[in-house]
Amino acid sequence: MTRYVLKRLVLLPALLFLFSVVVFAIVQAPPGDFLTTYVATLASSGSSISAEQVEALRREYGLDRPIWVQYLKWMENLSRGNLGLSLEYQRPNAELIGERLLLTMVLAVLSFVFTWIVAIPAGLYSAMHPRSAIDYVLTVVNYVGVATPNFMLALVLMWGAFAYFGVSVTGLFSPDFVEAPWSLARVADLLRHVWLPAVVLGVAGTARLTRVMRANLLDELNKPYVTTARAKGLSEWRLVVRYPARLALNPLVSTIGWYLPALFSGSLIVATVMNLPNIGPLLLRALINQDMYLAGSILLIYCFLTIVGTLISDILLAWLDPRIRFEEG
Amino acid sequence: MTAPVLRVTDLRVHFFLDEGLVRAVDGVSFDVPPGQVVGIVGESGCGKSVTMKAILQIVEPPGRIVGGQILFRKDSAPPVDLARLSPKSAELRAIRGAEIALIPQEPMAAFSPIHSVGEQIIEALQLHERQWRPSGPRLSRTEARSLTVDLFRSVGISMPEERVDAYSWQLSGGLRQRAMIAMALSCRPRLLIADEPTTAVDVTTQAQILNLLRELQRRHGTAIVFITHDLGVIAQMARYVVVMYLGRVMEQGSVEEIFHAPKHPYTRALLKSIPSVNVAPRTLLPTIAGSIPHPLGRPRGCPFHPRCPDAIPGVCAERAPALRPVGATQLASCFLYHRDEAAEP
Amino acid sequence: MSVLAPALPVTAEERVSVASSWRLIWWRFRKHRLALASALVLIALYVVVLCPDFFSTQDPEATDARLAFIPVQRLHVFDGFRPSPWVPDVAGRRNPVTLRMEWSVDPSRRIPVRFFVTGYPYRLLGLVPMRIHLLGAAGPDGRERLHLLGTDRLGRDQWSRLVHGTRTSMTIGLTAVTFSIILGVVLGGISGYYGGLADAVIQRLIELLQSLPTIPIWLALTAALPRDWSPQQVFFAITVILSLVGWTTLGREVRGRFLALREEDFVLAAELAGASRARIIVRHMVPTFLSHIIATSTLAIPAMIINETSLSFLGLGIRPPAISWGVLLQEAQNIQTVALAPWLLVPGAVVILSVLAFNLVGDGLRDAADPYSQ
Repeated sequence: MTRYVLKRLVLLPALLFLFSVVVFAIVQAPPGDFLTTYVATLASSGSSISAEQVEALRREYGLDRPIWVQYLKWMENLSRGNLGLSLEYQRPNAELIGERLLLTMVLAVLSFVFTWIVAIPAGLYSAMHPRSAIDYVLTVVNYVGVATPNFMLALVLMWGAFAYFGVSVTGLFSPDFVEAPWSLARVADLLRHVWLPAVVLGVAGTARLTRVMRANLLDELNKPYVTTARAKGLSEWRLVVRYPARLALNPLVSTIGWYLPALFSGSLIVATVMNLPNIGPLLLRALINQDMYLAGSILLIYCFLTIVGTLISDILLAWLDPRIRFEEG
Repeated sequence: MTAPVLRVTDLRVHFFLDEGLVRAVDGVSFDVPPGQVVGIVGESGCGKSVTMKAILQIVEPPGRIVGGQILFRKDSAPPVDLARLSPKSAELRAIRGAEIALIPQEPMAAFSPIHSVGEQIIEALQLHERQWRPSGPRLSRTEARSLTVDLFRSVGISMPEERVDAYSWQLSGGLRQRAMIAMALSCRPRLLIADEPTTAVDVTTQAQILNLLRELQRRHGTAIVFITHDLGVIAQMARYVVVMYLGRVMEQGSVEEIFHAPKHPYTRALLKSIPSVNVAPRTLLPTIAGSIPHPLGRPRGCPFHPRCPDAIPGVCAERAPALRPVGATQLASCFLYHRDEAAEP
Repeated sequence: MSVLAPALPVTAEERVSVASSWRLIWWRFRKHRLALASALVLIALYVVVLCPDFFSTQDPEATDARLAFIPVQRLHVFDGFRPSPWVPDVAGRRNPVTLRMEWSVDPSRRIPVRFFVTGYPYRLLGLVPMRIHLLGAAGPDGRERLHLLGTDRLGRDQWSRLVHGTRTSMTIGLTAVTFSIILGVVLGGISGYYGGLADAVIQRLIELLQSLPTIPIWLALTAALPRDWSPQQVFFAITVILSLVGWTTLGREVRGRFLALREEDFVLAAELAGASRARIIVRHMVPTFLSHIIATSTLAIPAMIINETSLSFLGLGIRPPAISWGVLLQEAQNIQTVALAPWLLVPGAVVILSVLAFNLVGDGLRDAADPYSQ
């Protein structure tokens, strides 16, 4: 087991290096560069910029050098821990990302908690009382929940709040608090706003998790060890929780590692729709505008988190299920 | 005669499936005297496992006990009808594991794969502590653990201190079965139900397990209901035998009566079909004609009549015979022995 | 009659024992009524895919700023007690402040609706010129328009656009999954059956692809598509991008199956009988898990549909003037607009419906194909 983990850890930098090349290539793939989009934006809004100014900017940003030079410069910066400069915002990328990181994580953690608190008991109940009225209701809700893209849910909820309650539910703060320094009032304001995006983000995941939990548990409940436990005199709830539920949970817990990159992304699409100050919309803009160092850095961090997340999942699975631990040697 | 530890009277367990009603157990009666081994024998699908599950009230839905009595006598107290108790009641849970214990069929699948075997036995000990040790201080973990080690030693598991922490899939078949027996006996039950305990092991291990069971039974005076399809095992273990077919008892009696003087055609056919070393070479193996009918397609009248070489035309296909005495302690349900019944309109 | 003639299967049990595996799967699938109903829904949707123009009432690209935000003209089937479909007319009023036309439903005037009317010209399957449409207004004034789902801010008929969007979205889902299946089976098969170097290389490739975070990479790839590509090129590119990452799970599974099957006795028997490699793979090994592949792939289509919808919604997938569900939902990004014209959200309902149908059918197929299930 330890050998396996060590092997993965050793491969990590090589993998990241490979990914950095891929990521940079993708970001640079659209024809033109940042300045092309910049000039176009200026033109559409009426102002203009002279050709010399464009050339000067191009030299300043290093956009006139060949791509592999730009890539090397990025790598050089990265190795010194510098994520580069955003061409659009003219600020260090680390700053831009750092600002939004906290809010992104808060949202992700909340929706994760919501998902698990709702889904596991619902799945447990459903499996223990199959074909009951509540089970049918839950099944219908689950199917619809899985079928609904989460931005659709966001749209509908936002429209509902606006059309029927006159409340505008965008952003994470009320207008007064957006730029204000942190205070208890600001936190309260955040909590008032954050529950809706957390629920939206959590719904699809909850539906999926409940269904999987129910299916897993139903599989386990038929197994002989459950009969033995019952014959020993354990009460239903205790025996379900101690034995089949734990076995049913194992494959699910191993998916926790996948939440790590999600912690960072906080669902790009919902964030865009609801105008949340997340990393997601930042990436989107950077990709569209070809703000290459910003886009590249964010993508690379994602890749890193995905790899680490997968590793954590594997470790968790082995830790929870002794059969896997012993099989590895 | 001492009162039986278990008295089953006219037990009926029906399964309410979408496709129809399956009468898995349809009027089964037998007694289990204290400290004795009663064997229930029959082919697959005869209802012996369901009977066992009914005693512990662990029949899975859509199955349900629909009639009959299961009287269980705990020492000198008046007997309790297990069939009347709700499956989830605390009273029943107190009996399960502590008074009546189960040795399930497949020890590998019957132990939880993610808990050590010792862990699962300690759980049983702690659960029923107040029943096998009514007074005294609370059981501590260390004490429970050392008790488990002793239990392992008493069932013949070598190196018990290490084996306590092992997982079931790390043990060999024989060791697993012994651990299972240890778990069943941990709370000193009055009645042990052994559900085909030797089916999943090889012949040598089977002999060891049977010896062990006999030894333990003698030592603790536990009554055993031994369920199997293997007539040879029954002959070794049981004092009293119940022969079942399609949910009904065909014949029951002492092991001598059943093996040396079988009365029911089904019992006779079963005994005849045991291959023997002593016949001439190239003799055809005797079989029972026909095959077991689909549970939904149960024949009218006596369930065995389509395959019975001695079926009485017009009678056996119309009515089902009742279980009536044919000897000192032997009973059979067959019209051949109860002509007066057959003659009734 | 020859003594050796095989007896025809008569009883139900006997029929089951001689039925081919596909028959058995169909019989088991039939029992799931919900899955069956969903399959019918899907078939209906794909009929629309085949010829969206027939089902449209107006040219989906015809814009007319004066006709913006016409509300839904609900279809009524009965006029009094006679089965005679009609829709209420709409009346427009110019807002004195904004100078824009505002429309509302006028139930006092009814426009009769007829079937198989003549409408705008189109080409069936791109070949045959036709003018017949399923529904159309047939009032005394021949130019009366029918807006079953209202119009958007450019006056485009939403019903017709929805019908056309269905074609794009459903097709992308299907083709992307088909590519994934092909990639997965071929690469997974090579990996599992031949082993060795090919296996090692493909395995590493799968691990690499699975380590990439999917949504950001999709975003990046679709943002990389040049702006001046034609809608068809974009369509094709999106399909390829979606399937490039999706094949890895299937590839892994197929590899696992091949690895296990390689050791099976029936494969050895086939080899000894002299069957060629290709024949063994195609006729012996693949059929054992083909039903499983179909079932899991059906369950993968809804994910593709949601992904395409989400990408297009963000402006990164299918681009206007091409129409897909995601493009339609782009109009609903602005909450004030939606409050004004809630019918713009209807494409979302269709997304949910189609995904639900696919999920139910997929579940039904998976249960029916699993030989160990009840």
